[in-house]
Amino acid sequence: MVSLNEYLMLAAVLFGIGMAGIILNRKNLIVLLMSIELILLAVNTNFIAFSYFLGNAIGQVFVFFILTVAAAEAAIGLAILVVFYRKRGTIEVQNLDTLKG
Amino acid sequence: MDKTLSWLGISVALLPLLGALLAGLGGKILGRLWTHRVLNTLVGIAFFISLYLLKVMVWDNHAPIDYVFYTWGTAGLFHFDVAILLDRLSTVMLSTVLFISFMVHIYTIGYMADDPGYQRFFSYVSLFTFAMLILVLADNFFLMFFGWEGVGLVSYLLIGFWFKREPANFGSLKAFLVNRVGDMGFLLAIAAVLMYFGTLNYHAVFDQIPNVVNRTMEVVISYPVPVISVICFLLFIGAMGKSAQIPLHVWLPESMEGPTPISALIHAATMVTAGIYMVARMSPLFEQSSAALSFILMLGGTTAFFMGLLAVVQYDIKRVIAYSTISQLGYMAVALGASAYDGAIFHLITHAFFKALLFLAAGSVIIALHHEQDMRKMGGLARYLPVTYLTFVIGTLALCAIPPFSGFYSKDAIIEAVHLSTVPGAAYAYYCVLAGAFVTPLYMFRALFMTFHMDDHTDPHLRGKIKESPWVVLLPLVALAIPSVLSGEVLIGPMLAHHPSVLGNSVFVLPAHNVLQQWATTFRGANVMALSAGETLPFWFAIAGIFSAWFFVVGYPKVTESLKQRFSWIYSVLVNKYGFDAFNQKVIVRGTQEAGEVFYQVSDEKLIDGVMVNGTGHLVRWAAKITRRLQTGYLYHYALAMVIGVVVLLAWYVGGF
Repeated sequence: MVSLNEYLMLAAVLFGIGMAGIILNRKNLIVLLMSIELILLAVNTNFIAFSYFLGNAIGQVFVFFILTVAAAEAAIGLAILVVFYRKRGTIEVQNLDTLKG
Repeated sequence: MDKTLSWLGISVALLPLLGALLAGLGGKILGRLWTHRVLNTLVGIAFFISLYLLKVMVWDNHAPIDYVFYTWGTAGLFHFDVAILLDRLSTVMLSTVLFISFMVHIYTIGYMADDPGYQRFFSYVSLFTFAMLILVLADNFFLMFFGWEGVGLVSYLLIGFWFKREPANFGSLKAFLVNRVGDMGFLLAIAAVLMYFGTLNYHAVFDQIPNVVNRTMEVVISYPVPVISVICFLLFIGAMGKSAQIPLHVWLPESMEGPTPISALIHAATMVTAGIYMVARMSPLFEQSSAALSFILMLGGTTAFFMGLLAVVQYDIKRVIAYSTISQLGYMAVALGASAYDGAIFHLITHAFFKALLFLAAGSVIIALHHEQDMRKMGGLARYLPVTYLTFVIGTLALCAIPPFSGFYSKDAIIEAVHLSTVPGAAYAYYCVLAGAFVTPLYMFRALFMTFHMDDHTDPHLRGKIKESPWVVLLPLVALAIPSVLSGEVLIGPMLAHHPSVLGNSVFVLPAHNVLQQWATTFRGANVMALSAGETLPFWFAIAGIFSAWFFVVGYPKVTESLKQRFSWIYSVLVNKYGFDAFNQKVIVRGTQEAGEVFYQVSDEKLIDGVMVNGTGHLVRWAAKITRRLQTGYLYHYALAMVIGVVVLLAWYVGGF
């Protein structure tokens, strides 16, 4: 039987990978989107784990919502990405410094 | 009855205010004719009311009335009332002020006839009358200060009446600023009175004198001085500013840039005597401080003699009379210092008549010569201006204390009072006023000879066209000439010798200081006094003065010239007015300007502009320059910052660091 701790550790590791992906990734915007998905999945794992071990279904309901939002978000993100590529001809994160002061 | 009288009293002040408002706001609608008709009527009515009040207070011996109209403001225990005090002193001043004011109102019709600011002028003169009457009527220091500042303001407005002339602007500003110095003293005195007496009402203050008389305060650390002396000195500084005593006299000659009716009303007869009136009003305070009395005595003596000397070298007819006014105010101050308050007020009254007369007569000359004031361009005017000449002679004789003209009685009484006084410094003041009795005829007869006698030096264009002034100008001259002759003779007994005197107990004199009572024992009636003038020293001094004036100006001008050469340093000291003006210009005005320049450069440009205003901008720009580096624009940098932030917050909350 897998314990709650192990689920939480898995979620933490997933979250850490996602975070590291956002911070360390300098090349590809798509990797950034994937990292965000990873973070969301880590959170979902937490929700499900708590939901199961606490015997409360509300956590699982949230997961459905989050998955829906994540799908929508991924669709919008990819759409922006396409438009961005058309405009700039590149999707390298290092070139995205329009906000520089 | 008291209420009716109080309302009459305040209406005396309010009628001129009404006139000032009518002429000032509705002058265009009223037009010239109705402006002077309405204003002269109002001031005339006020004058007759004041005569009635004088009769009630002095003849019928009515008790003083202290009437509160309303409370202006309340602060804790203090309340500032608009309240008037009608007693012998205030009604005497009231009638004097209004008489002169009425005469000047009439005279103005002729003098300002073709001036574009006719209504404005009338408005100011009436406003002045209002402020002066409030000053006189006030029953507390606060309201007196209101009137005091009011007359100062109107004086400023009137000196600068011809605001297109440079000297008029300079003179008005100078008068205003020099008066501020005096007003500062007055204001501090009021503060001290409020602090130690807890009230500003005259009678309440006077009643508390026994409680305060032994109290001291440390003006300089660990050097206690009596409170009453401090208050008296400060009050007298105020009086020095208004009444043009050395060294705050410098504004009065400058004030001659104003129109002549103003010089007569404000700068000779009424406003400049406000200081004298104030000291007489505060006599119970001043009596407790022999140091202040001594100071007043010596300063008055110095002013009386040395300012008289300056008149001898002046060529502007109005400035001669202006210096004479300062000198006569010195006489009044001497009388105050000798505790002869009745004598000071007596001289104030007679002086008001003959000095207003002299100014108005000089004004009549100035009109005839089309605004020429330089006596070197006059001469031989007696045959063209007979009425002016005659009244000027009367004024001169009165001023020079020739019996039986009014000035003789008042001035002789003052000189005798000082002679009897035992206050320290009385001997010095006595010699000063005695020497002044010689100097006065010297400059007045010099002016008389240069203006009306001798060869005709007038502008050739004017020759043959000079004609006597219109009747509105001559009427006040005649009306003032009559009291200039008679007022001394009539008033000396009631004012100084009879018991109770005209001022009665509205002035207070300690028995030890009561020189006038001592003098009254030798008084055997006005006629005897005039007839026995030949036995007194001042009379022969005056005769000597007249003779010297004739000798130096008419008889042997060459002697004068050679004396001028021999003693050129004395002459230049006099022409430079003892250097008071130069000192003020060089030290005070320049000093202020330089200090202003320093403050401008250091505190304004460097501190405020440099450090505070631009410094703020620079600081923001510098801080932004550093923090801008944080804004790389890379998403992963922001994400890192966010993570660090979350970690720190978590550590804080969870870890409890």
